[in-house]
Amino acid sequence: MLKDFFGKSKYVTVERKSRPRRSSEVEESGREGKKEMPDDLWTKCKECKEIIFNKKLAENLKVCPNCGNHFRLTATERISLLIDEDKFEEYDADLEATNPLGFPNYEEKVEKYQRKTGLKDAVITGIGDINGHTVSLAALDSRFLMGSMNSVVGEKLTRAIERAIDQKLPLIIVAGGGGGARMYEGMLSLMQMAKTSAALKRLEQAGQLFISILTDPTYGGISASFASLGDINIAEPGAKIGFAGPRVIKQTINRDLPEGFQTAEFLLKYGMIDKVVKRSELKNILGKILNIHEMGSMRGETDA
Amino acid sequence: MPSSYLDFEKPLVELEEKVNELKSFMEEKDIDLTEELERLNKRAKVLQKEIFSSLEPWQILQIARHPERPTTLDYIELVCDEFIELHGDRQFSDDKALIGGIGRIGDLPVTVIGHQKGKTTKDNIERNFGMAHPEGYRKALRLMKQAEKFNRPIIALVNTPGAYPGVGAEERGQAEAIARNMMEMAGITVPIIVVIIGEGGSGGALGIGVGDKVLMLEYTYYSVCSPEACAAILWKDAKEAETAAKALKITVKDLMKLGIVDGVVPEPPGGAHKDYQLSAQLLREEILKEIKKLDKLNTEELLEIRYNKFRNMGQIKENSQKILSEL
Repeated sequence: MLKDFFGKSKYVTVERKSRPRRSSEVEESGREGKKEMPDDLWTKCKECKEIIFNKKLAENLKVCPNCGNHFRLTATERISLLIDEDKFEEYDADLEATNPLGFPNYEEKVEKYQRKTGLKDAVITGIGDINGHTVSLAALDSRFLMGSMNSVVGEKLTRAIERAIDQKLPLIIVAGGGGGARMYEGMLSLMQMAKTSAALKRLEQAGQLFISILTDPTYGGISASFASLGDINIAEPGAKIGFAGPRVIKQTINRDLPEGFQTAEFLLKYGMIDKVVKRSELKNILGKILNIHEMGSMRGETDA
Repeated sequence: MPSSYLDFEKPLVELEEKVNELKSFMEEKDIDLTEELERLNKRAKVLQKEIFSSLEPWQILQIARHPERPTTLDYIELVCDEFIELHGDRQFSDDKALIGGIGRIGDLPVTVIGHQKGKTTKDNIERNFGMAHPEGYRKALRLMKQAEKFNRPIIALVNTPGAYPGVGAEERGQAEAIARNMMEMAGITVPIIVVIIGEGGSGGALGIGVGDKVLMLEYTYYSVCSPEACAAILWKDAKEAETAAKALKITVKDLMKLGIVDGVVPEPPGGAHKDYQLSAQLLREEILKEIKKLDKLNTEELLEIRYNKFRNMGQIKENSQKILSEL
C-alpha cells in the first residue's frame, strides 16, 4: 500500500482539474531539493547529504530513509497521506486571488505559482474520512508563495471552520507556511489572522474539536493565528515553527541562536505543542484521537 | 532649528524661524512690524495646511514614529479622569512594553490596554521600544477578561513596530499569545474600541487589535509588515521603503477604503506631538461617541456584528470564468 502512496491521487475533487503528477515535484516541494541534479531520479537529503532515489523517497512518505528528515509535502500529498482512499471531497476549489492593492507584479506571481503547483492558491480544503471518521480538513501548500495567507487562504480556512461547526465535524488544519501573512495583499492578509481566529472561537463555543498539525515551515501570521490554537497541537519531527524568522531574531539580539531553536522538539520542550509525531504514524494517531473524541460526544448524548 | 522636525517640514520650520528672527529684531530695535509678522504667521499656517494635506504614506509613517508623539500613558493621563495601572500576567512577569489598567472617563468605567513606547533612549530600553513579549499579550488578555467580568468597556491603544523577535519570546510562545488574544477578543462580551495611536506593526498590533470599532489617528500607519522589511524582501533594498510604504496601503485613508478600519481620529495641525491636550481631547470625544453607540446593542448583537466585521475582510474571485491556458 505504501508503495503507491504518492503514485495516484486518492481523493476526488470537485471543479478542480487534476493534472498528471511529475516526479520532479518531489524535488520542487522539498527544501532539500537539489536543483543541479542532472535528472529527476535522485534527491539529496539536506540534513545527512545522502543521495536518495525519488521512488524510494516517495515510498518512505518523503522521509529520508537514512536520517529520518521529513521533507515537505504538497497539500495533495498530505491529503493522500491522511484521508482514506477516495474519501475526500474538495470545496471552494475555484476561489482565486485578486490584486486588491494593485501591488506590482502580484498577478504574474500568482499565475506563475498556479502553473507550477496546479493549485489556485496555497490551501486545499474539504471534507474527508480519517480511518472512518469524517472531518473538515484543510492543508496548506508551502510551494505556493511560501504557503502564505492571503484573502483566499483566509476565506477557505474560515469556510472549512464554519463547515465543521455547521456539520458538527472535527476540524483538522495542516499548517505549513513560512511566508506568514502575504505581503502582496497587505492588511487584507493580516486580517485573515483575526478572521480565522474569530471563526475558531465560534468552533470552540460550539464544542467542536480542532486538531492543528504543524509542519515545516510554520511561521508568522500562520503560527500566530489558527496553527497555534488547536485543542491538540501536533508537529512533525524537525519541523521549523516560530513567530519571527531566525534571521530576524539573530539580527535583533546580535547573538547566535541556541541549537535546535524553533524546531518541533524545541516547542515540545517549552510546552507549546502536545506531541511530535512521525509522518508514518500521523494518520494512526489522528484516528485514535478522533475515536476517543467520538466516544466522548456519544457519552454526552446518552447522558442527555 | 528644533532638532526633531521631519525633512518635509523644513520649509515650514524655516518660515517659523524667520518669524522668530523678526520678533527679536522688532523687540531689539523697537520698530513696529506687526503687520509683516501677521502676514508671515498666516503664510506659515497656509503652508502647514498645504504640507499636511498632501502627505505621502512614507511621510505619515515618519510622523507616526515621531519620538515626541504622545504615548499610551500620555493619552491615558489626559483622556481618563482617573487611572490605576495594573501589572503582570500572573504566569511569568510584567511586560513594560504593553501596559494596562482600570480607570474612568467621566462616569464611564473603562479598562485600557496599550503598547508603551519610551521617549528617551533610556526610557525606550526599559519599554523595549514598545515591542511586547508573550507576557505582555497575556497580561492584556487577563485585564480584558477582567473587564468582561465586571462589565467595563475596553480601550486598546496600539503603538508598536511589532511583537518582539527574541529567544525568550519564542520559548514562551509569542505566536500562541497573539493568536489566543485574537481568538478571545472575538468573544469578549463588552465593547472593545481599538485605536492606532502611532505604529500599527503587523501581528504585534493585531494581538490587541480585534474590536467592535477600529480607529486610526490621522497620522498613523497599520501594516502587514514594516515597509523596510517589505522593501528588503521584494526589492532587495531597504532604501525602497518609500515605494513599499505606498504599495502596502498603510494609511487610514487607504485602510478605510479596504474595509479594515472604521474611522479616523483627527490630529492637531502638524501632528499629535504639537498639542497633547488637543490630541487627547479629540480622542476622548471619539471614544465616548463610539462607546455610546455600542452600548445600545445587546451582547448577542455586539458579538454578531464584531464577528461579521472581521468575517467579511478580504477580497476574492469566485466562480471565475477565467481559465489559465497552461493548466
